[in-house]
Amino acid sequence: MNTLLVLPIMVPAITGMAALLARNYPRVQRALSVLGATVMLGVGGALVYQVQSHGILAAQMGNWPAPFGITLVADHFSAALIAVSGFVGLAVAIYALAAIDETRERFGFHILFHLLLMGINGAFITGDIFNMYVWFEVLLIASFALLVLGNDREQLDGAVKYVGINLVSSASFLTAIGLLYGLTGTLNLADLSQSMQPVREAGLGPAIAMLFLIGFGIKAALFPLYYWLPASYHTPPAPIAAIFAGLLTKVGIYSLIRVFTLLFPNPGGYTQAVLLVVAGATMLLGVFGALVQRHILRLLAFLVISAMGYVVMGLGFFTTLGLAGAIFYVLQDVPVKTTLFLIGGLMERETGTTNLSKMGGLYQHRPLLATMFIVPAFSLAGFPPFPGFWGKLTLLQAGVAQEQWTLVAVALVVGLLTLLAVAQVWGRAFWRPKEGELTVLDALNTRILTNGPVVVLALALFVLGCYAEPVFSFARTAAAHLTDTGPYVQAVLGG
Amino acid sequence: MELIISVVCGALLAASFYLLMRRNLLRFVIGLIILGNAVNLLIFAMGRLTRARPPVIPKGQKVLEGAYANPLPQALILTAIVISFGLLAFTLVLVYRNFAANQTIESDEVRGSEPSDTLDVYDETKRLPA
Repeated sequence: MNTLLVLPIMVPAITGMAALLARNYPRVQRALSVLGATVMLGVGGALVYQVQSHGILAAQMGNWPAPFGITLVADHFSAALIAVSGFVGLAVAIYALAAIDETRERFGFHILFHLLLMGINGAFITGDIFNMYVWFEVLLIASFALLVLGNDREQLDGAVKYVGINLVSSASFLTAIGLLYGLTGTLNLADLSQSMQPVREAGLGPAIAMLFLIGFGIKAALFPLYYWLPASYHTPPAPIAAIFAGLLTKVGIYSLIRVFTLLFPNPGGYTQAVLLVVAGATMLLGVFGALVQRHILRLLAFLVISAMGYVVMGLGFFTTLGLAGAIFYVLQDVPVKTTLFLIGGLMERETGTTNLSKMGGLYQHRPLLATMFIVPAFSLAGFPPFPGFWGKLTLLQAGVAQEQWTLVAVALVVGLLTLLAVAQVWGRAFWRPKEGELTVLDALNTRILTNGPVVVLALALFVLGCYAEPVFSFARTAAAHLTDTGPYVQAVLGG
Repeated sequence: MELIISVVCGALLAASFYLLMRRNLLRFVIGLIILGNAVNLLIFAMGRLTRARPPVIPKGQKVLEGAYANPLPQALILTAIVISFGLLAFTLVLVYRNFAANQTIESDEVRGSEPSDTLDVYDETKRLPA
């Protein structure tokens, strides 16, 4: 059994429990949190290296042979996502040292944060559909508690919407699992992909596919199920919002890609049409929402939705090129969104307001912050040489190859509107002179803790944009394994 | 038997959707409870219904023979019940805390996280840089 595959779950679990034991010693808790996040980044890197050199890895829990027990599988897609989530997890853990107040720390921020990472990693690495449901619930309950941590009136209201819709989404996911099990008699994803043929031929495929689409679509904030996201993501403190925006929607989109490529490859007809329409509408309405917002974090929340549309577009083509673009886009979108929300938090901290109409003078007084904002913002708008450009370029190439002209046009227009949205933020908050004074500068060590992770994330994105080839070829291999499921099935079931 | 369970399951789903669309948050939570039970019943029925055939290997034999109840859906349902129990306890406390903070359980009136200020274009243009 490959121990490395258990570590993405065990490391955050142990860190969370150790932090719980040290709850009366905040300094120990903080050290544990950063240490656990660092180890997690190492595990993610090791996982990517192992997958790169040995191909898809699988481990049978408790040595139960494949279709009967729970299997953990790391293919290129999940390994890369675990590494990226380790990266942003570490950045947010450091940022949180300065940005999370003592009350929230005392009520278990560090514990919940690592349990959230455990749920996310578990959902990425599992090869069993019911186990995936369980990991979803683990990350949901951790995110619920993180969202209301602090008990602000605003947070409670955001949480009611978030919790309510997510419980409905879980019910839809569970119904789809129940139907699948009744029709095929298995829950192992690789085994399911082998035994789905009769279900698809019996015409039940689209019904189950739609239940999955609703379940994962709510979590990934796809049209028309995204209203909960801008109602809740701006309420918690910036580090929590950043990890939500960076990773939670990506778990939904990962599961959508995993389930559709394994269980419903090349659905064609109705299912594919629905996916493509959803992709276009998500992109367009997300950016429309962002254009009219004046609350900086709500504006960013709408941009999270818009970006999800691009990924679904890549999935909707069901070609290797489209999936490669989607995977590359997801991989760069995780740090982009995390950085943007962390910067949004800093903008609020520096100007003392969340309202863009009242901000100003940041370019003059905080040049470092302004420079760091450019990288994720223009990556989001798809400007070369930032990584978002390569993702969008590949997606558009895939669209042209499929002759999906309408969707290609929509994607281009949305790119332009995204540029308008981030340029508005730039013009209002950074370039415009500030009436009156900015709040006083934080102490130096606070500034290092909050600006440091942002600088590292932005630099990493910049380097990724200039030297995208290794990551892109990795994404291509990942996409090849998604379109040709042979190696995945063989790694899990053997033979 | 399957027919009865399917009809019950459909009725429960219909009732839960009706309640989920209420504006009263407490009714919404009751809708979630019924929805969870309807889904569990569906999984149970999808695992095929058998009566009085427990999956226990009789003494002296090595394998089960003939038709027997499938234990896996019951294990799945048990997991789902435990999870939904925890989540519902959290949701009830959340709705109660929200009620304590806002003095209302009408979802239309709970707008703490939605901004009330709309765009005032005139003010915006006045403040744009020259």
